[in-house]
Amino acid sequence: MIGNLPYVAVVIFIGLGIYTLMFKKNLIKIAIGVVLIENGVNLFLITLGYRKGAIAPIYTQAPSGQAMVLPTPQALTLTSIVIGIATTALILSVAMMIYKHYGTLDTDEVRRLKG
Amino acid sequence: MKEMSRIVKTVTNFVYGFIIIFGFYIIAHGHLTPGGGFQGGAVVGSAFALLLVSYGSLNSTKFLKKDIFSLFESFGLILFIVLGFSGLGITFFYNFLANSGGWFGNAAVIGVNPGDMNTGGVIPLMNIAVGLEVLSAFGVIVLTMASGAEFTKKKEKS
Amino acid sequence: MNLSNHIPILIIAIPLLAAFLVPLIGRINKEATGILATLALSVSLILTIALAVKILTVGPQVYVFGATSPSLTLPSGLKFPVRIMFQIDAMGIFMGLITAVVSFVGAIYSLMFMKQNSGLDKYYSLLLLLTVGVFGMEFTGDIFNFFVFLEIASIASVALISFRGIDLGEPAEAGFKYMVVSSISALVVLFAIGIFYGQYDLLNFAALASVIKYSQLDKIALGLLIPVLAMKAGAVPMHMWTPDAYSEAPAPITMMLVAASQASLYALFRVVFSLYNISLNALTVGWIIIIFGLLSMFIGVTMAIIQKDIKRLMAYHAVSQTGYMFLGVGVGLAVLANPEALKDYGITAMEGGIFHIMNHAMYKGLLFLTAGALFFRSGTRDLNKMGGLAHYMKYTTIFFIIGAAAIAGLPPFNGFASKLLIYESVYKFNPLLSIVAMVVSILTLASFVKVFHSAFLGPKLPQFKEVKEVPRSMVFAMAVLSCIIIFFGLFPDLIVKNLVHPAVMSLIEQLQYTGTVLGGM
Repeated sequence: MIGNLPYVAVVIFIGLGIYTLMFKKNLIKIAIGVVLIENGVNLFLITLGYRKGAIAPIYTQAPSGQAMVLPTPQALTLTSIVIGIATTALILSVAMMIYKHYGTLDTDEVRRLKG
Repeated sequence: MKEMSRIVKTVTNFVYGFIIIFGFYIIAHGHLTPGGGFQGGAVVGSAFALLLVSYGSLNSTKFLKKDIFSLFESFGLILFIVLGFSGLGITFFYNFLANSGGWFGNAAVIGVNPGDMNTGGVIPLMNIAVGLEVLSAFGVIVLTMASGAEFTKKKEKS
Repeated sequence: MNLSNHIPILIIAIPLLAAFLVPLIGRINKEATGILATLALSVSLILTIALAVKILTVGPQVYVFGATSPSLTLPSGLKFPVRIMFQIDAMGIFMGLITAVVSFVGAIYSLMFMKQNSGLDKYYSLLLLLTVGVFGMEFTGDIFNFFVFLEIASIASVALISFRGIDLGEPAEAGFKYMVVSSISALVVLFAIGIFYGQYDLLNFAALASVIKYSQLDKIALGLLIPVLAMKAGAVPMHMWTPDAYSEAPAPITMMLVAASQASLYALFRVVFSLYNISLNALTVGWIIIIFGLLSMFIGVTMAIIQKDIKRLMAYHAVSQTGYMFLGVGVGLAVLANPEALKDYGITAMEGGIFHIMNHAMYKGLLFLTAGALFFRSGTRDLNKMGGLAHYMKYTTIFFIIGAAAIAGLPPFNGFASKLLIYESVYKFNPLLSIVAMVVSILTLASFVKVFHSAFLGPKLPQFKEVKEVPRSMVFAMAVLSCIIIFFGLFPDLIVKNLVHPAVMSLIEQLQYTGTVLGGM
């Protein structure tokens, strides 16, 4: 029923993220690009655990006799989301520091370290 | 950040308590239902963000103080690492409370079960420590970014 | 309770506990934060030396988290390990010794260097977290745990690079670039972990190494992992973040960033040697690593000669020296499938490359600390504005001469020993590579003579009239590194036989790595 559609979505996410990262000049848009790549990789990890016709891997009041999806990728994705929050908070704070100092968020004008 | 209109403030007054209670419910039942430390802490942190946005950053510093959040964050972290050390008699992070009859010490049932809150051992305590840490960290982050926005707006005006 | 079984986790848990206690203690007394950090890192150093002695005499150690006994890897008859574990063999403890020495010296140096700054409790907390992250990368035996520690080290180092960004704009820009680069590399590592998990349903290094087949998906994972880990280590053509990040960070943090980059290099070697071993096409992958090495050596040193900022110049030299490590280990990898070439020159090349890792951390750390001392007293990093400082700062001059002689490969210092091993063995593989390495060494010496002339020699300048020698804790930190450099230079045979050769053998023999965990299967 689902087929390979989530994997196509992963490729689209990561492709859009890399495009945003390479070609956009605003610092906040670069941060959004990093978040897009991270969402793509998280989606990839969750999709690895899917088994056809299975239910969520919780034993509390679960219907008996049903197969369950793999729980380990869910733990890996959760850790990755937590790390992603710390990364996003730090990137945005550093962007705020750059704005406080230079008054603009355009990378062409902010760049002082060359060569 | 300016405060919002009277309708928004009234709804916030009703709702933020329920959000915080729901967040604590997710933290406390982490070993039985989906959720746990980080997820519940993020929900409570979103309640703090709601208060900040609807009351404005100048008013909300009267009841959301960064120092207290920072103190609670340190407590949460130290509680987590002390729980790790206390199993050191056997190994680090050993679950010394599971199946022992004390706090959270009932025997875990394998397979489908109606869910007993008293199981799990060290895991619910670690959930509470992580949840405390995450909600304080969200408070600190949101308040710091709001005060940074105040500074840049002053600079733009001058 | 036999405490010596728990040493692997105490090396990481004690700095972690100190990192969480520092903000609380910082509320009471500002000075005590530095002292607590130094104490925690000194305990870590002592425990690392004790663990090194135990591993080199007894064998590789395993520590399983949350099991009923620290070395119970396969509980109740399971065929593969289920818990997260630390697996420390000779190569891991080699890198661990480097990290322990570098972080301890950095903490002592920071006591005086950062004294004027505010927010010092956050600085020491982040320094301890960076140490925990780098130790974790080197000790872990689980591939997802490696990703978590890699991200801990990246986030802590971004915050430390932008530490002076409250008043200046350049550190914030350098921190932004470094955060984007390390986020991308960590996410690509996570993608490769997803590929491994989806195929084999295992996350443990040793268990993966025993079941891996070189299928199409494994080739994709290898092709993703090698460039990305080389990017974190600072190889050309992915080196653009290195000069900015290394020059804008405070001096002791730059030293620890060098250790963090080398931990990524260790992870690259671990993936290529212990995970894949002979199943990959050793000649092709070996030549790819050799090309990274050649490009890094040459472009690093040519970009370094034209720099005016002293720390940027040293950062480009760090890129160039990383090229030597790639070259040595690449030659060893290229002949991995060929047993008599391996015994003839392959093992010597790998010994040279791996010995160079430790030597580079020591002398590059010393050079960055002297650059920090010059900045601390004269207030500038620009070589055109400095001059005649040897009249005022005698100790710093001596330490700089020791560091510059070591990096150029002059005989009684340690750079000579590892470079000679690399020249000899790479010559037998392909003479052209060895000639490029020697030319790069000559250019390194030229650029450091230029730095010495601009900064230290010359008449006394009027604007530096009140410059005194740096405070005693900074001199002590630089002296510790100098003593290690001189000791390694005078007795290289001792170090190569006892530390480096077991490390090389533990990389080459994959069966020893998997046998420690899976119990000889």
